[in-house]
Amino acid sequence: MVVVKSPKEFYAGAIYLAFGVAGLWFGWNYPMGTAGRMGAGYFPKVLSAALILLGLVALVRGIRINGAPLDPIRLKPFLLIAAACSLFGLMIEPIGMIGGLFVLILLSAMASREFRWSPVALLGAAGLVAACALVFVWGLSVQMPLVGSWFTGG
Amino acid sequence: MDIFADLLMGLSVAATPTNLVWCLIGVFLGTAIGVLPGLGPSATIAMLLPATFGLEPVSALIMMAGIFYGAQYGGSTTAILINLPGEATSVVTAIDGYKMARKGAAGRALAVAALSSFFAGTVCTFLIAFFAPPLTELAFRFGPAEYFALMVLGLAASIVLASGHILHAIAMIALGLLLGLVGTDVNSGLQRYAFGFPELADGLNFVIVAMGVFGIGEIIANLEDEARRDLGFAKVKGLMPTREDWSRMVAPTLRGTTLGAALGVLPGGGAALASFGAYALEKRVSKHREELGNGAIEGIAAPEAANNAGAQMSFIPMLTLGFPANTVMALMIGAMIMHGIQPGPGVMTEQPRLFWGLIASMWIGNLMLLVLNLPLIGLWVRMIMVPYHYLFPMIIVFCAIGVFSLSNNAFDLQIMTAFGVLGYLFKKLDCEPAPMLLGFILGPLMEEFLRRTLLLSQGDPSVLLTRPISAVLLIAAAAILLSVLLPAFKRTRSRAFAQ
Repeated sequence: MVVVKSPKEFYAGAIYLAFGVAGLWFGWNYPMGTAGRMGAGYFPKVLSAALILLGLVALVRGIRINGAPLDPIRLKPFLLIAAACSLFGLMIEPIGMIGGLFVLILLSAMASREFRWSPVALLGAAGLVAACALVFVWGLSVQMPLVGSWFTGG
Repeated sequence: MDIFADLLMGLSVAATPTNLVWCLIGVFLGTAIGVLPGLGPSATIAMLLPATFGLEPVSALIMMAGIFYGAQYGGSTTAILINLPGEATSVVTAIDGYKMARKGAAGRALAVAALSSFFAGTVCTFLIAFFAPPLTELAFRFGPAEYFALMVLGLAASIVLASGHILHAIAMIALGLLLGLVGTDVNSGLQRYAFGFPELADGLNFVIVAMGVFGIGEIIANLEDEARRDLGFAKVKGLMPTREDWSRMVAPTLRGTTLGAALGVLPGGGAALASFGAYALEKRVSKHREELGNGAIEGIAAPEAANNAGAQMSFIPMLTLGFPANTVMALMIGAMIMHGIQPGPGVMTEQPRLFWGLIASMWIGNLMLLVLNLPLIGLWVRMIMVPYHYLFPMIIVFCAIGVFSLSNNAFDLQIMTAFGVLGYLFKKLDCEPAPMLLGFILGPLMEEFLRRTLLLSQGDPSVLLTRPISAVLLIAAAAILLSVLLPAFKRTRSRAFAQ
């Protein structure tokens, strides 16, 4: 039974290792070339190998050296914020900026402990959307569809 | 003297009404966002960068430089008033600054911070004007080998300056370098790590990565310990330093400026080291050293002068070599490229108005901070008091619109989200993201310069050591890395970061 004594070290190592393995895996077929004419695969492979090595060292350190425990991860803000940003990206073209921002604001606001569904929250979101439309689209002429292709039929 | 003629010319560029207005807007926005908890200069600049696209390149750079000083300044304000240093450079300021504020001298503490920063800023404007031309001359003699060696030195410095264990700094750099390789390989045209997404053919955009890591990642982490955000702070009154304050701040300010100016040129974030160093120096040489830690003027004047000097001097490698010393300078370089200016030694000769205008605007920006911020302190205090749950949705909205407006591409938002998640995980695991971003910027450049070096030498790597400049740079890099292993240095380093 392996006991992880330093979780931060251990999981950091796991991330390095994962990136290193992925780098090597996906970069396997990039040509190495020669020292005088380095191929596209030279740097990626060297770096991936280094990451794998560093990741393994961190994993071993995580098992052997005592370290601070991991603070618990609160999933709610993590998932809500990530979902809000990602959804906005998916929605901006079909639904448009107004609808997309509304969802982005409310979904991310829900990540806060202080958030309550109330007319004030909805009004605040609406006000922020309006301000953004004025400042960015009208004021700074950012190219953003106010309403998306679903509504314009484009 | 030529420099004064050049500076005057720069002043005439920076002092046009338009540029003054942009400088003012930059300084104001920078301070405003800088006082908001949880957003440092990097995130602020990344977020506001897209707003500068419509401007003339000079105005855009002047505004961004203003945002930089403003955000830095705002960080000291929160450090003094609520013991919440916005970023590493104002950590030391919080020690004595907050103690002073608790004793009812918040106004004087803020004034001392502003005055010493302004002094350091003024001195450094001249230092930059003085050193930039000869360094640019030197840079013209740089071949690919020298550039490669310089980047190795930069990465070595950022390894040493990162907090936490060296292993993680190295791993984060390697990860950054690897992420920097995403996109089309210049030499062969092969697409690396693009997974068939046409959006990735040009590589990951640095601004998006920075917004994800510093903006979104930071917000998720802040929301996690929301409950602990009870801010209690002192009333601000009496801004004018006393006669005794004035006499006590002169020597520390001078020492801080000198140290900051010397360390600031170092690649890898000299400003943080400068403020820690200046504080440590005061502890040794100050006449009032026993008061340090209990609200001494010296404990504010020295680190504030040092970090402002350090921050400003980091423009030197950016302006002369096109080499980013920290993430903020990397963003400046990104902005230059987006405005069609190739950063590097050519900027001074080909774009003298831009070059000298930017330098002159540094002094103007510092002056504006001084005269603008102290009277506005009431406004900043009110901004700090705005509850975080009203603020963060706005910050996310700005990030989202900013990212989209970079290239009108919805896919970029997924990249931002991914780096937000990654940034949050790194924060949880105490992995510092700054070395990763430096590696990210340098990755493709290092590869390119190493390839060219080896192509010219027909595969013989010894040129890196037979060419004098490159050899010196590489030996310096090795010395820096070896110094970490020395026990004495190890102790100082861990003490510096323990605070």
